[in-house]
Amino acid sequence: MKQNYSIFSLVRNALSYHQGWQEAWRSPAVPKPEYDVIIIGGGGHGLATAYYLAKEHGITNVAVLEKGWIGGGNTGRNTTIVRSNYLWDESAHLYEHSLKLFEGLTQDLNYNVMFSQRGLMNLAHTQHDMQALRRRVYAIQLNGIDSEILTPAQIKEMVPILDCSSSARYPIMGASLQRRGGVARHDAVAWGFARKADERGVDILQNTEVTGFKIVNGVVKGVETNRGFIGGKKVGIVVAGHSGVMAGLAGFRLPVESHPLQALVSEPIKPILNTVVMSPQVHVYVSQSDKGELVLGAGIDAYTSYAQVGSPFIIENQLNALTDLFPCFGRLRMLRQWGGIVDTCPDASPIIGKTPVENLFLNCGWGTGGFKATPGSGNVFAHTIATGEPHKLAQPFALDRFTTGYLIDEHGAAGVAH
Amino acid sequence: MLLISCPHCGPRDEHEFAYGHEAHIARPTLDQQNTMSDAEWADYLFMRKNPKGVHFERWVHARGCRQWFNVARHTVTHEIIKVYPMGEPAPKLEQK
Ligand SMILES: Cc1cc2nc3c(=O)[nH]c(=O)nc-3n(C[C@H](O)[C@H](O)[C@H](O)COP(=O)(O)OP(=O)(O)OC[C@H]3O[C@@H](n4cnc5c(N)ncnc54)[C@H](O)[C@@H]3O)c2cc1C
Ligand SMILES: [Zn+2]
Repeated sequence: MKQNYSIFSLVRNALSYHQGWQEAWRSPAVPKPEYDVIIIGGGGHGLATAYYLAKEHGITNVAVLEKGWIGGGNTGRNTTIVRSNYLWDESAHLYEHSLKLFEGLTQDLNYNVMFSQRGLMNLAHTQHDMQALRRRVYAIQLNGIDSEILTPAQIKEMVPILDCSSSARYPIMGASLQRRGGVARHDAVAWGFARKADERGVDILQNTEVTGFKIVNGVVKGVETNRGFIGGKKVGIVVAGHSGVMAGLAGFRLPVESHPLQALVSEPIKPILNTVVMSPQVHVYVSQSDKGELVLGAGIDAYTSYAQVGSPFIIENQLNALTDLFPCFGRLRMLRQWGGIVDTCPDASPIIGKTPVENLFLNCGWGTGGFKATPGSGNVFAHTIATGEPHKLAQPFALDRFTTGYLIDEHGAAGVAH
Repeated sequence: MLLISCPHCGPRDEHEFAYGHEAHIARPTLDQQNTMSDAEWADYLFMRKNPKGVHFERWVHARGCRQWFNVARHTVTHEIIKVYPMGEPAPKLEQK
Protein backbone atom coordinates (compact mmCIF):
# COMPACT_ATOMS: atom_id res chain seq x y z
CA MET A 1 0.00 0.00 0.00
CA LYS A 2 1.09 3.51 -0.73
CA GLN A 3 1.42 5.82 2.23
CA ASN A 4 -1.02 8.70 2.02
CA TYR A 5 0.53 12.14 1.66
CA SER A 6 -0.86 14.52 4.27
CA ILE A 7 0.19 17.17 6.75
CA PHE A 8 0.72 14.35 9.27
CA SER A 9 3.01 12.33 7.00
CA LEU A 10 4.96 15.52 6.36
CA VAL A 11 5.45 16.13 10.08
CA ARG A 12 6.26 12.45 10.77
CA ASN A 13 8.88 12.37 8.04
CA ALA A 14 10.35 15.69 9.09
CA LEU A 15 11.11 14.13 12.49
CA SER A 16 13.26 11.48 10.76
CA TYR A 17 14.99 14.09 8.59
CA HIS A 18 13.00 13.00 5.51
CA GLN A 19 14.97 9.74 5.30
CA GLY A 20 11.90 7.54 5.71
CA TRP A 21 9.80 8.43 2.67
CA GLN A 22 8.49 5.49 0.73
CA GLU A 23 9.56 5.39 -2.93
CA ALA A 24 6.90 7.05 -5.08
CA TRP A 25 6.97 4.27 -7.69
CA ARG A 26 8.83 0.98 -8.11
CA SER A 27 11.55 0.50 -10.72
CA PRO A 28 11.16 -3.16 -11.72
CA ALA A 29 14.57 -4.72 -12.45
CA VAL A 30 13.21 -6.78 -15.34
CA PRO A 31 10.16 -6.18 -17.50
CA LYS A 32 7.49 -8.88 -17.59
CA PRO A 33 7.56 -10.96 -20.80
CA GLU A 34 4.12 -9.70 -21.79
CA TYR A 35 1.73 -6.90 -20.82
CA ASP A 36 -1.92 -6.38 -21.67
CA VAL A 37 -1.04 -2.82 -22.63
CA ILE A 38 2.32 -1.19 -23.34
CA ILE A 39 2.46 2.59 -23.32
CA ILE A 40 5.47 4.03 -25.15
CA GLY A 41 6.48 7.37 -23.65
CA GLY A 42 6.54 8.33 -19.98
CA GLY A 43 5.42 11.90 -20.34
CA GLY A 44 2.30 13.18 -18.62
CA HIS A 45 0.02 11.84 -21.36
CA GLY A 46 1.47 8.32 -21.26
CA LEU A 47 1.40 8.15 -17.47
CA ALA A 48 -2.15 9.52 -17.32
CA THR A 49 -3.21 6.89 -19.87
CA ALA A 50 -1.75 4.14 -17.69
CA TYR A 51 -3.43 5.55 -14.59
CA TYR A 52 -6.90 5.72 -16.15
CA LEU A 53 -6.46 2.27 -17.74
CA ALA A 54 -5.96 0.89 -14.25
CA LYS A 55 -8.46 3.08 -12.44
CA GLU A 56 -11.39 3.22 -14.85
CA HIS A 57 -10.97 0.06 -16.90
CA GLY A 58 -9.38 -2.34 -14.40
CA ILE A 59 -6.46 -3.02 -16.75
CA THR A 60 -3.44 -3.17 -14.47
CA ASN A 61 -1.02 -5.42 -16.36
CA VAL A 62 0.41 -2.32 -18.01
CA ALA A 63 3.94 -1.02 -18.65
CA VAL A 64 5.01 2.53 -19.41
CA LEU A 65 8.29 2.51 -21.33
CA GLU A 66 10.30 5.72 -21.14
CA LYS A 67 13.61 6.10 -22.94
CA GLY A 68 14.92 8.69 -20.46
CA TRP A 69 13.28 9.66 -17.18
CA ILE A 70 9.56 10.24 -16.77
CA GLY A 71 8.49 13.80 -17.40
CA GLY A 72 11.84 14.61 -19.02
CA GLY A 73 10.26 15.43 -22.40
CA ASN A 74 7.87 18.26 -23.09
CA THR A 75 6.00 17.58 -19.87
CA GLY A 76 8.93 18.88 -17.80
CA ARG A 77 9.80 21.64 -20.28
CA ASN A 78 6.51 23.42 -20.79
CA THR A 79 5.21 26.69 -19.40
CA THR A 80 2.22 24.93 -17.76
CA ILE A 81 -0.65 27.04 -19.03
CA VAL A 82 -4.00 25.34 -18.54
CA ARG A 83 -7.14 26.64 -20.25
CA SER A 84 -10.09 25.43 -22.31
CA ASN A 85 -10.98 28.53 -24.33
CA TYR A 86 -10.85 26.91 -27.76
CA LEU A 87 -12.97 28.04 -30.71
CA TRP A 88 -14.25 24.82 -32.25
CA ASP A 89 -16.77 22.61 -30.45
CA GLU A 90 -14.64 19.45 -30.70
CA SER A 91 -11.63 21.15 -29.09
CA ALA A 92 -13.69 23.02 -26.52
CA HIS A 93 -15.25 19.77 -25.27
CA LEU A 94 -11.96 17.89 -25.14
CA TYR A 95 -9.99 20.62 -23.37
CA GLU A 96 -12.86 21.39 -21.01
CA HIS A 97 -12.98 17.70 -20.07
CA SER A 98 -9.31 18.01 -19.19
CA LEU A 99 -9.72 21.26 -17.29
CA LYS A 100 -12.45 19.66 -15.19
CA LEU A 101 -10.16 16.74 -14.38
CA PHE A 102 -7.45 19.24 -13.44
CA GLU A 103 -9.86 20.83 -10.98
CA GLY A 104 -10.02 17.59 -8.98
CA LEU A 105 -6.59 16.21 -9.75
CA THR A 106 -4.76 17.03 -6.52
CA GLN A 107 -7.40 15.14 -4.51
CA ASP A 108 -7.71 12.30 -6.98
CA LEU A 109 -3.96 11.67 -7.09
CA ASN A 110 -3.26 12.56 -3.44
CA TYR A 111 -0.48 14.68 -4.92
CA ASN A 112 -0.36 18.45 -4.93
CA VAL A 113 -0.25 19.42 -8.59
CA MET A 114 -0.43 23.08 -7.52
CA PHE A 115 -3.21 23.85 -9.96
CA SER A 116 -3.71 27.57 -9.62
CA GLN A 117 -6.79 29.00 -11.36
CA ARG A 118 -5.46 32.51 -11.47
CA GLY A 119 -7.14 33.39 -14.77
CA LEU A 120 -5.80 33.71 -18.25
CA MET A 121 -5.96 36.86 -20.32
CA ASN A 122 -5.60 37.11 -24.11
CA LEU A 123 -4.84 40.63 -25.26
CA ALA A 124 -6.23 42.26 -28.40
CA HIS A 125 -4.22 45.05 -30.01
CA THR A 126 -6.12 45.79 -33.20
CA GLN A 127 -9.65 46.11 -34.46
CA HIS A 128 -9.32 42.70 -36.11
CA ASP A 129 -7.97 41.14 -32.93
CA MET A 130 -11.10 42.43 -31.21
CA GLN A 131 -13.40 40.94 -33.83
CA ALA A 132 -11.71 37.55 -33.65
CA LEU A 133 -11.70 37.72 -29.87
CA ARG A 134 -15.44 38.43 -29.70
CA ARG A 135 -16.21 35.58 -32.05
CA ARG A 136 -14.08 33.24 -29.94
CA VAL A 137 -15.54 34.35 -26.61
CA TYR A 138 -19.13 33.97 -27.84
CA ALA A 139 -18.41 30.52 -29.29
CA ILE A 140 -16.83 29.44 -26.00
CA GLN A 141 -19.78 30.77 -24.02
CA LEU A 142 -22.17 28.84 -26.26
CA ASN A 143 -20.28 25.71 -25.27
CA GLY A 144 -21.01 26.52 -21.65
CA ILE A 145 -17.39 27.39 -20.85
CA ASP A 146 -16.49 30.49 -18.86
CA SER A 147 -15.10 33.30 -20.91
CA GLU A 148 -15.55 37.04 -20.82
CA ILE A 149 -14.43 40.22 -22.53
CA LEU A 150 -12.52 42.87 -20.62
CA THR A 151 -12.32 46.57 -21.42
CA PRO A 152 -8.95 48.35 -21.26
CA ALA A 153 -10.00 49.88 -17.94
CA GLN A 154 -10.74 46.43 -16.47
CA ILE A 155 -7.42 45.12 -17.79
CA LYS A 156 -5.56 48.02 -16.24
CA GLU A 157 -7.22 47.32 -12.93
CA MET A 158 -6.28 43.64 -12.99
CA VAL A 159 -2.73 44.11 -14.31
CA PRO A 160 -1.60 47.65 -13.52
CA ILE A 161 1.92 47.04 -14.85
CA LEU A 162 0.66 46.49 -18.42
CA ASP A 163 1.24 49.49 -20.66
CA CYS A 164 -2.37 50.40 -21.46
CA SER A 165 -1.54 54.01 -22.33
CA SER A 166 -2.43 55.63 -25.63
CA SER A 167 1.26 55.87 -26.50
CA ALA A 168 1.90 52.13 -25.99
CA ARG A 169 3.90 50.43 -28.74
CA TYR A 170 1.06 47.87 -29.00
CA PRO A 171 -2.21 49.56 -28.03
CA ILE A 172 -4.42 47.38 -25.82
CA MET A 173 -8.01 47.46 -27.06
CA GLY A 174 -9.41 44.68 -24.93
CA ALA A 175 -8.84 41.14 -23.76
CA SER A 176 -10.59 37.86 -23.23
CA LEU A 177 -10.42 36.29 -19.81
CA GLN A 178 -10.96 32.70 -18.73
CA ARG A 179 -11.04 32.88 -14.94
CA ARG A 180 -10.81 29.11 -14.53
CA GLY A 181 -7.58 29.02 -16.55
CA GLY A 182 -4.19 29.15 -14.90
CA VAL A 183 -1.04 27.13 -14.31
CA ALA A 184 -0.05 23.86 -12.63
CA ARG A 185 3.19 22.19 -11.56
CA HIS A 186 4.32 20.10 -14.53
CA ASP A 187 6.60 17.64 -12.70
CA ALA A 188 3.95 17.02 -10.09
CA VAL A 189 1.44 16.06 -12.78
CA ALA A 190 3.85 13.44 -14.18
CA TRP A 191 4.94 12.19 -10.76
CA GLY A 192 1.43 12.13 -9.34
CA PHE A 193 0.10 10.02 -12.22
CA ALA A 194 3.16 7.75 -12.02
CA ARG A 195 2.75 7.17 -8.30
CA LYS A 196 -0.94 6.33 -8.51
CA ALA A 197 -0.53 4.17 -11.63
CA ASP A 198 2.25 2.27 -9.88
CA GLU A 199 0.03 1.79 -6.84
CA ARG A 200 -2.46 -0.03 -9.04
CA GLY A 201 0.23 -2.31 -10.48
CA VAL A 202 1.52 -0.45 -13.54
CA ASP A 203 5.25 -1.04 -14.22
CA ILE A 204 7.10 2.19 -14.95
CA LEU A 205 10.27 1.28 -16.84
CA GLN A 206 12.64 4.21 -17.23
CA ASN A 207 15.73 4.12 -19.46
CA THR A 208 13.81 1.78 -21.72
CA GLU A 209 13.82 2.88 -25.34
CA VAL A 210 11.57 1.36 -27.97
CA THR A 211 13.59 0.63 -31.12
CA GLY A 212 11.10 -1.37 -33.18
CA PHE A 213 7.74 -3.14 -33.33
CA LYS A 214 6.86 -6.79 -33.80
CA ILE A 215 3.95 -6.78 -36.23
CA VAL A 216 2.50 -10.07 -37.50
CA ASN A 217 -0.12 -9.99 -40.27
CA GLY A 218 -0.88 -6.36 -39.52
CA VAL A 219 -1.33 -6.93 -35.78
CA VAL A 220 1.13 -5.58 -33.21
CA LYS A 221 2.57 -8.21 -30.84
CA GLY A 222 5.08 -6.21 -28.83
CA VAL A 223 8.08 -3.92 -28.99
CA GLU A 224 11.84 -4.23 -29.32
CA THR A 225 13.75 -2.25 -26.70
CA ASN A 226 17.28 -1.75 -25.44
CA ARG A 227 16.24 -4.24 -22.69
CA GLY A 228 15.07 -6.84 -25.18
CA PHE A 229 11.69 -7.78 -26.61
CA ILE A 230 8.59 -7.00 -24.53
CA GLY A 231 5.29 -8.55 -25.56
CA GLY A 232 2.15 -6.42 -25.61
CA LYS A 233 -1.44 -7.32 -26.54
CA LYS A 234 -2.09 -3.65 -27.18
CA VAL A 235 0.42 -0.83 -27.62
CA GLY A 236 -0.09 2.93 -27.33
CA ILE A 237 2.37 5.43 -28.81
CA VAL A 238 2.55 8.64 -26.74
CA VAL A 239 5.94 10.11 -27.61
CA ALA A 240 5.13 13.72 -28.67
CA GLY A 241 8.05 15.02 -30.76
CA HIS A 242 9.17 11.50 -31.72
CA SER A 243 5.78 10.38 -33.06
CA GLY A 244 6.95 10.45 -36.68
CA VAL A 245 9.95 8.28 -35.80
CA MET A 246 7.69 5.72 -34.08
CA ALA A 247 5.18 5.70 -36.95
CA GLY A 248 8.08 5.12 -39.33
CA LEU A 249 9.15 2.07 -37.30
CA ALA A 250 5.58 0.76 -37.46
CA GLY A 251 5.33 1.42 -41.20
CA PHE A 252 2.84 4.27 -41.58
CA ARG A 253 3.02 8.00 -42.21
CA LEU A 254 1.80 10.93 -40.11
CA PRO A 255 0.84 14.52 -40.89
CA VAL A 256 3.17 15.67 -38.13
CA GLU A 257 6.28 17.83 -38.13
CA SER A 258 8.63 18.21 -35.16
CA HIS A 259 9.79 21.70 -34.24
CA PRO A 260 11.79 23.26 -31.40
CA LEU A 261 9.82 25.32 -28.92
CA GLN A 262 11.59 27.35 -26.26
CA ALA A 263 10.79 28.80 -22.88
CA LEU A 264 12.74 30.83 -20.35
CA VAL A 265 12.51 32.13 -16.81
CA SER A 266 13.71 35.35 -15.21
CA GLU A 267 15.42 35.87 -11.89
CA PRO A 268 12.90 35.56 -9.04
CA ILE A 269 11.14 38.73 -7.93
CA LYS A 270 8.42 39.57 -5.44
CA PRO A 271 4.81 38.86 -6.48
CA ILE A 272 3.94 41.24 -9.31
CA LEU A 273 1.70 39.35 -11.73
CA ASN A 274 -1.29 37.38 -10.42
CA THR A 275 -2.69 36.09 -13.70
CA VAL A 276 -1.46 34.70 -17.02
CA VAL A 277 -1.13 37.26 -19.82
CA MET A 278 -0.86 36.20 -23.45
CA SER A 279 -0.52 38.32 -26.53
CA PRO A 280 -1.17 36.19 -29.59
CA GLN A 281 -0.53 39.10 -31.93
CA VAL A 282 2.90 40.25 -30.74
CA HIS A 283 3.57 36.74 -29.55
CA VAL A 284 4.63 36.44 -25.98
CA TYR A 285 3.01 35.07 -22.87
CA VAL A 286 3.98 35.36 -19.24
CA SER A 287 3.04 34.15 -15.79
CA GLN A 288 4.83 34.28 -12.44
CA SER A 289 5.81 31.06 -10.72
CA ASP A 290 5.43 30.48 -7.00
CA LYS A 291 9.21 30.88 -6.72
CA GLY A 292 8.82 34.38 -8.17
CA GLU A 293 10.34 33.77 -11.59
CA LEU A 294 8.58 35.08 -14.66
CA VAL A 295 7.88 32.14 -16.95
CA LEU A 296 7.93 33.16 -20.60
CA GLY A 297 7.25 31.45 -23.87
CA ALA A 298 6.67 32.25 -27.48
CA GLY A 299 6.68 30.50 -30.84
CA ILE A 300 8.36 27.58 -32.55
CA ASP A 301 11.37 27.70 -34.84
CA ALA A 302 10.25 27.50 -38.47
CA TYR A 303 12.35 24.46 -39.38
CA THR A 304 11.93 20.86 -38.29
CA SER A 305 14.31 19.63 -35.62
CA TYR A 306 14.93 17.01 -32.95
CA ALA A 307 17.65 18.98 -31.16
CA GLN A 308 15.77 20.44 -28.16
CA VAL A 309 17.38 23.85 -28.76
CA GLY A 310 15.88 26.86 -30.47
CA SER A 311 17.31 30.00 -32.05
CA PRO A 312 18.29 33.01 -29.93
CA PHE A 313 16.46 35.45 -32.22
CA ILE A 314 13.14 33.87 -31.23
CA ILE A 315 13.89 34.73 -27.62
CA GLU A 316 14.97 38.22 -28.60
CA ASN A 317 11.64 38.77 -30.38
CA GLN A 318 9.62 37.58 -27.44
CA LEU A 319 11.57 39.69 -24.96
CA ASN A 320 11.08 42.74 -27.18
CA ALA A 321 7.36 42.08 -27.09
CA LEU A 322 7.45 41.51 -23.33
CA THR A 323 9.23 44.74 -22.51
CA ASP A 324 6.95 46.74 -24.81
CA LEU A 325 3.89 45.35 -23.02
CA PHE A 326 5.44 45.51 -19.53
CA PRO A 327 8.03 48.32 -19.50
CA CYS A 328 8.91 47.59 -15.85
CA PHE A 329 10.31 44.15 -16.82
CA GLY A 330 12.99 45.84 -18.94
CA ARG A 331 15.73 45.51 -16.35
CA LEU A 332 15.07 41.92 -15.33
CA ARG A 333 17.73 39.33 -16.05
CA MET A 334 16.83 36.00 -17.53
CA LEU A 335 18.07 32.97 -15.62
CA ARG A 336 17.52 29.85 -17.69
CA GLN A 337 16.31 28.95 -21.17
CA TRP A 338 15.59 25.58 -22.75
CA GLY A 339 13.79 23.89 -25.61
CA GLY A 340 11.54 20.95 -26.29
CA ILE A 341 10.49 19.20 -29.49
CA VAL A 342 6.82 19.68 -30.26
CA ASP A 343 4.78 17.60 -32.70
CA THR A 344 2.68 19.96 -34.79
CA CYS A 345 -0.27 18.96 -36.99
CA PRO A 346 -1.47 20.92 -40.02
CA ASP A 347 -4.65 21.89 -38.15
CA ALA A 348 -2.95 22.41 -34.75
CA SER A 349 -5.15 19.71 -33.21
CA PRO A 350 -4.06 16.38 -31.73
CA ILE A 351 -4.42 12.89 -33.19
CA ILE A 352 -6.00 10.34 -30.85
CA GLY A 353 -7.08 6.87 -31.85
CA LYS A 354 -6.37 3.87 -34.03
CA THR A 355 -3.54 3.40 -36.52
CA PRO A 356 -3.33 1.28 -39.68
CA VAL A 357 -1.76 -1.44 -37.47
CA GLU A 358 -4.28 -3.42 -35.42
CA ASN A 359 -4.04 -3.03 -31.63
CA LEU A 360 -1.56 -0.18 -32.10
CA PHE A 361 -2.97 3.14 -30.90
CA LEU A 362 -1.68 6.68 -31.24
CA ASN A 363 -1.89 9.83 -29.16
CA CYS A 364 0.16 12.73 -30.54
CA GLY A 365 0.11 16.06 -32.32
CA TRP A 366 -0.50 18.11 -29.19
CA GLY A 367 2.20 20.44 -30.44
CA THR A 368 2.72 23.56 -28.39
CA GLY A 369 -0.34 23.13 -26.20
CA GLY A 370 -0.82 19.67 -24.75
CA PHE A 371 0.12 20.09 -21.10
CA LYS A 372 -3.35 21.41 -20.28
CA ALA A 373 -4.77 18.30 -21.91
CA THR A 374 -2.72 15.81 -19.89
CA PRO A 375 -5.50 14.32 -17.71
CA GLY A 376 -8.17 14.57 -20.42
CA SER A 377 -5.94 13.06 -23.08
CA GLY A 378 -4.96 10.16 -20.84
CA ASN A 379 -8.60 9.65 -19.87
CA VAL A 380 -10.01 9.44 -23.41
CA PHE A 381 -7.01 7.51 -24.72
CA ALA A 382 -7.33 4.89 -21.96
CA HIS A 383 -10.96 4.43 -23.00
CA THR A 384 -9.93 4.11 -26.65
CA ILE A 385 -7.31 1.46 -25.86
CA ALA A 386 -9.45 -0.45 -23.36
CA THR A 387 -12.55 -0.69 -25.54
CA GLY A 388 -10.86 -0.65 -28.94
CA GLU A 389 -13.23 2.15 -29.97
CA PRO A 390 -12.65 5.88 -29.71
CA HIS A 391 -14.04 7.77 -26.73
CA LYS A 392 -16.76 10.10 -28.01
CA LEU A 393 -14.65 13.18 -27.20
CA ALA A 394 -11.68 11.65 -29.04
CA GLN A 395 -13.58 10.49 -32.11
CA PRO A 396 -13.25 13.75 -34.12
CA PHE A 397 -9.50 13.63 -33.54
CA ALA A 398 -8.89 10.34 -35.36
CA LEU A 399 -6.06 10.07 -37.89
CA ASP A 400 -8.56 9.56 -40.70
CA ARG A 401 -9.73 13.18 -40.47
CA PHE A 402 -6.89 13.99 -42.87
CA THR A 403 -8.51 11.65 -45.39
CA THR A 404 -12.11 12.72 -44.82
CA GLY A 405 -11.11 16.38 -44.74
CA TYR A 406 -12.81 16.95 -41.37
CA LEU A 407 -9.95 19.06 -40.01
CA ILE A 408 -10.29 20.89 -36.70
CA ASP A 409 -8.45 24.04 -37.58
CA GLU A 410 -7.38 25.65 -34.34
CA HIS A 411 -4.46 27.47 -35.94
CA GLY A 412 -5.96 30.86 -36.48
CA ALA A 413 -8.66 30.07 -33.97
CA ALA A 414 -6.46 29.63 -30.93
CA GLY A 415 -3.95 32.39 -31.62
CA VAL A 416 -0.94 31.45 -29.53
CA ALA A 417 -1.68 27.80 -29.01
CA HIS A 418 -0.09 27.04 -25.65
CA MET B 1 20.00 29.90 -35.69
CA LEU B 2 21.25 28.86 -39.11
CA LEU B 3 23.77 30.33 -41.52
CA ILE B 4 22.32 29.52 -44.92
CA SER B 5 24.18 29.84 -48.21
CA CYS B 6 21.87 31.33 -50.79
CA PRO B 7 23.06 30.17 -54.22
CA HIS B 8 22.94 33.78 -55.43
CA CYS B 9 23.83 35.90 -52.37
CA GLY B 10 26.13 33.61 -50.40
CA PRO B 11 26.05 32.90 -46.66
CA ARG B 12 23.35 34.91 -44.92
CA ASP B 13 21.59 34.90 -41.57
CA GLU B 14 18.52 32.63 -41.21
CA HIS B 15 16.50 35.79 -40.50
CA GLU B 16 16.51 36.65 -44.20
CA PHE B 17 14.95 33.35 -45.26
CA ALA B 18 11.58 31.69 -44.98
CA TYR B 19 11.11 27.96 -44.60
CA GLY B 20 9.33 25.94 -47.28
CA HIS B 21 9.16 22.57 -45.47
CA GLU B 22 9.72 19.18 -47.13
CA ALA B 23 11.05 19.20 -50.70
CA HIS B 24 10.39 16.80 -53.59
CA ILE B 25 6.66 16.40 -52.98
CA ALA B 26 5.42 16.05 -56.54
CA ARG B 27 2.09 17.66 -57.32
CA PRO B 28 -0.20 15.07 -58.92
CA THR B 29 -0.70 15.50 -62.66
CA LEU B 30 -4.15 16.40 -63.96
CA ASP B 31 -4.70 12.80 -65.04
CA GLN B 32 -3.74 11.52 -61.60
CA GLN B 33 -5.97 14.08 -59.93
CA ASN B 34 -8.99 12.69 -61.73
CA THR B 35 -8.47 9.19 -60.39
CA MET B 36 -6.79 9.78 -57.01
CA SER B 37 -8.41 8.34 -53.88
CA ASP B 38 -8.99 10.41 -50.75
CA ALA B 39 -6.15 8.51 -49.07
CA GLU B 40 -3.77 9.47 -51.87
CA TRP B 41 -4.84 13.09 -51.56
CA ALA B 42 -4.25 12.93 -47.80
CA ASP B 43 -0.79 11.56 -48.40
CA TYR B 44 0.06 14.31 -50.87
CA LEU B 45 -1.44 17.15 -48.86
CA PHE B 46 -0.62 16.25 -45.27
CA MET B 47 1.70 13.29 -44.68
CA ARG B 48 5.33 14.22 -44.12
CA LYS B 49 8.62 12.37 -43.70
CA ASN B 50 9.74 14.43 -40.69
CA PRO B 51 12.95 12.41 -40.36
CA LYS B 52 15.33 12.37 -37.41
CA GLY B 53 18.43 12.73 -39.57
CA VAL B 54 18.95 14.28 -43.00
CA HIS B 55 15.95 16.28 -44.22
CA PHE B 56 15.56 17.53 -47.77
CA GLU B 57 13.72 20.85 -47.54
CA ARG B 58 12.98 24.10 -49.32
CA TRP B 59 13.99 27.61 -48.33
CA VAL B 60 13.36 30.96 -49.95
CA HIS B 61 15.58 34.04 -49.63
CA ALA B 62 12.50 36.08 -48.80
CA ARG B 63 14.32 39.22 -47.65
CA GLY B 64 17.12 38.89 -50.21
CA CYS B 65 17.11 37.87 -53.86
CA ARG B 66 13.68 36.09 -53.50
CA GLN B 67 15.04 32.81 -54.87
CA TRP B 68 13.75 29.35 -53.86
CA PHE B 69 16.25 26.48 -53.46
CA ASN B 70 16.66 23.07 -51.79
CA VAL B 71 18.73 22.26 -48.72
CA ALA B 72 19.85 18.96 -47.20
CA ARG B 73 20.00 19.60 -43.45
CA HIS B 74 20.47 17.30 -40.46
CA THR B 75 17.60 17.68 -37.99
CA VAL B 76 19.66 16.78 -34.91
CA THR B 77 22.94 18.64 -35.56
CA HIS B 78 21.32 21.31 -37.79
CA GLU B 79 24.35 20.94 -40.11
CA ILE B 80 23.59 22.12 -43.64
CA ILE B 81 25.07 19.39 -45.80
CA LYS B 82 24.16 20.61 -49.24
CA VAL B 83 22.39 23.44 -51.05
CA TYR B 84 21.06 22.51 -54.50
CA PRO B 85 18.69 23.97 -57.09
CA MET B 86 14.92 23.45 -57.28
CA GLY B 87 14.02 20.70 -59.69
CA GLU B 88 17.17 18.70 -59.03
CA PRO B 89 16.65 15.29 -57.39
CA ALA B 90 17.70 14.83 -53.76
CA PRO B 91 21.46 14.17 -53.58
CA LYS B 92 22.71 10.77 -52.45
CA LEU B 93 24.52 11.40 -49.18
CA GLU B 94 26.59 9.18 -46.95
CA GLN B 95 24.48 7.99 -44.03
CA LYS B 96 25.13 10.17 -40.98
C1 LIG C 1 8.76 25.16 -24.23
C2 LIG C 1 7.39 24.54 -24.23
C3 LIG C 1 6.32 25.24 -23.68
C4 LIG C 1 5.04 24.68 -23.67
N1 LIG C 1 4.04 25.35 -23.04
C5 LIG C 1 2.82 24.77 -22.89
C6 LIG C 1 1.82 25.41 -22.11
O1 LIG C 1 2.02 26.50 -21.55
N2 LIG C 1 0.61 24.81 -22.00
C7 LIG C 1 0.35 23.61 -22.60
O2 LIG C 1 -0.77 23.13 -22.49
N3 LIG C 1 1.29 22.97 -23.33
C8 LIG C 1 2.53 23.51 -23.47
N4 LIG C 1 3.52 22.86 -24.19
C9 LIG C 1 3.20 21.58 -24.85
C10 LIG C 1 3.24 20.43 -23.87
O3 LIG C 1 4.46 20.44 -23.16
C11 LIG C 1 3.10 19.08 -24.58
O4 LIG C 1 2.04 19.10 -25.51
C12 LIG C 1 2.82 17.96 -23.59
O5 LIG C 1 3.62 18.09 -22.44
C13 LIG C 1 3.07 16.63 -24.25
O6 LIG C 1 3.06 15.61 -23.29
P1 LIG C 1 3.45 14.16 -23.68
O7 LIG C 1 3.34 13.33 -22.47
O8 LIG C 1 2.66 13.76 -24.88
O9 LIG C 1 4.94 14.29 -24.24
P2 LIG C 1 6.36 14.26 -23.48
O10 LIG C 1 6.30 14.83 -22.14
O11 LIG C 1 7.34 14.83 -24.44
O12 LIG C 1 6.59 12.71 -23.33
C14 LIG C 1 6.96 11.86 -24.40
C15 LIG C 1 7.99 10.91 -23.86
O13 LIG C 1 8.26 9.90 -24.83
C16 LIG C 1 9.59 9.50 -24.65
N5 LIG C 1 10.04 8.79 -25.83
C17 LIG C 1 10.32 9.28 -27.07
N6 LIG C 1 10.76 8.30 -27.88
C18 LIG C 1 10.75 7.15 -27.15
C19 LIG C 1 11.11 5.79 -27.42
N7 LIG C 1 11.55 5.42 -28.63
N8 LIG C 1 10.99 4.87 -26.42
C20 LIG C 1 10.53 5.23 -25.20
N9 LIG C 1 10.20 6.51 -24.87
C21 LIG C 1 10.30 7.45 -25.84
C22 LIG C 1 10.32 10.81 -24.42
O14 LIG C 1 11.56 10.61 -23.76
C23 LIG C 1 9.32 11.59 -23.56
O15 LIG C 1 9.59 11.51 -22.19
C24 LIG C 1 4.81 23.40 -24.24
C25 LIG C 1 5.88 22.69 -24.80
C26 LIG C 1 7.17 23.25 -24.80
C27 LIG C 1 8.31 22.46 -25.38
ZN1 LIG D 1 19.67 35.26 -52.21
